[in-house]
Amino acid sequence: MPAAQAPLRQPHPFIPQPWRDRRIEVILGNLLRTGVLLSAAVVLSGACVYLHRHAHEPADYRVFRGEPSEFRTIPGVIQSVINGRGRGLIQLGLLILIATPIARVAFSVVGFAIERDRMYVAFTLIVLVILLYSLLGSGIRL
Amino acid sequence: MTILEFTGVVAIVSFVAGLLGSLTGLGGGVVLVPLLTIFFHVDIRYAIGASLVSVIATSSGAAAAYVKEGFSNIRIGMFLEIATTFGALLGAFLATRIPTSALAVIFGATLLYSAFLSRKPRTEAQRNLPPDPLATRLRMNGSFPDLGGPRSYNVQRVPAGFSLMFGAGALSGLLGIGSGAVKVLAMDQAMRIPFKVSTTTSNFMIGVTAAASAGIYLSRGYIDPGLAMPVMLGVLGGSLLGSRILVKAETKSLRLVFSVVILVLGLQMLYNGFWGKI
Repeated sequence: MPAAQAPLRQPHPFIPQPWRDRRIEVILGNLLRTGVLLSAAVVLSGACVYLHRHAHEPADYRVFRGEPSEFRTIPGVIQSVINGRGRGLIQLGLLILIATPIARVAFSVVGFAIERDRMYVAFTLIVLVILLYSLLGSGIRL
Repeated sequence: MTILEFTGVVAIVSFVAGLLGSLTGLGGGVVLVPLLTIFFHVDIRYAIGASLVSVIATSSGAAAAYVKEGFSNIRIGMFLEIATTFGALLGAFLATRIPTSALAVIFGATLLYSAFLSRKPRTEAQRNLPPDPLATRLRMNGSFPDLGGPRSYNVQRVPAGFSLMFGAGALSGLLGIGSGAVKVLAMDQAMRIPFKVSTTTSNFMIGVTAAASAGIYLSRGYIDPGLAMPVMLGVLGGSLLGSRILVKAETKSLRLVFSVVILVLGLQMLYNGFWGKI
């Protein structure tokens, strides 16, 4: 809808918009929606298994015990999904959720490259590098 | 309480947290952490893990709508995110060297003052400022779909905003909470970005910041699937509803909700600071 894009009060007629290319916004929006819906579906299916088995046990989070390693590492989570554990599925869904902002930043690098905006390709790459550095440097075991 | 009851109640509370978080750009953690620890007697480490999940769920849940509608400004977000992430590194470094209680008191008092400041709507003169040369060079000026049609804006005082974002990052490294509030305030008050653009851009940024620390919390075992499940699903539902409301809401009402939430956050900070709980 190009007509609706024309601002009413335009102090500068040729100011670039946040994303000049509408397609990038639409692709990015769809990417996010897919990621979020996928993670919600996985968490929900894990929740059904977990609640089916444990619904009537008491809930107690007063004392911190830390999670067992099957819920703390990526191979552990995958292994517990294979073993058919509901909580393993929930953790897998959460991992997909955590990946969505990272995918968003990575896709933004591509988006800015398509727009030939070198300055923002550089800015976004800096953010992506710091993000991956703190994720991988945090002791998470892949 | 059985696991079924606990799951149901936490999901309802999380729904409200996600609704408020997506409307204000603060994320769900602001509401969730005190409620989980005080009313559900959840250990603070599990609560922090759940809060991290809630922040990413709010951010990604609402973002799909905000990006498509053209509210959040990715350029502003990416540029400022550099300051926030470096600030967070500094904050984590200073965490053992600075009395965090005193910092919480100062931050709490600042939030109370900001709650008062952010109620004031912008005057017509403040809205139509000429473009700032630096903001123009950084291609930050843009437009968003206001209620009466598309409205363009010129970003002001980029260095002040960038410094505040650095402070926001450092604060989140030091106190573990409250960076969303500084992000919205820096964009709204310092950079004179329209309120809806400020909150939705903050909504984008908090997800990136939270994802950066997700690895630490996961490997330390803070993220419990039984607790995170109702939090994630509830927050996601709330943030989807919140993003629909924001599109149609009056800025005046959004400012009111925002100032009430940061008023509560400020009081919480003062309490934690004075009683040495942080």
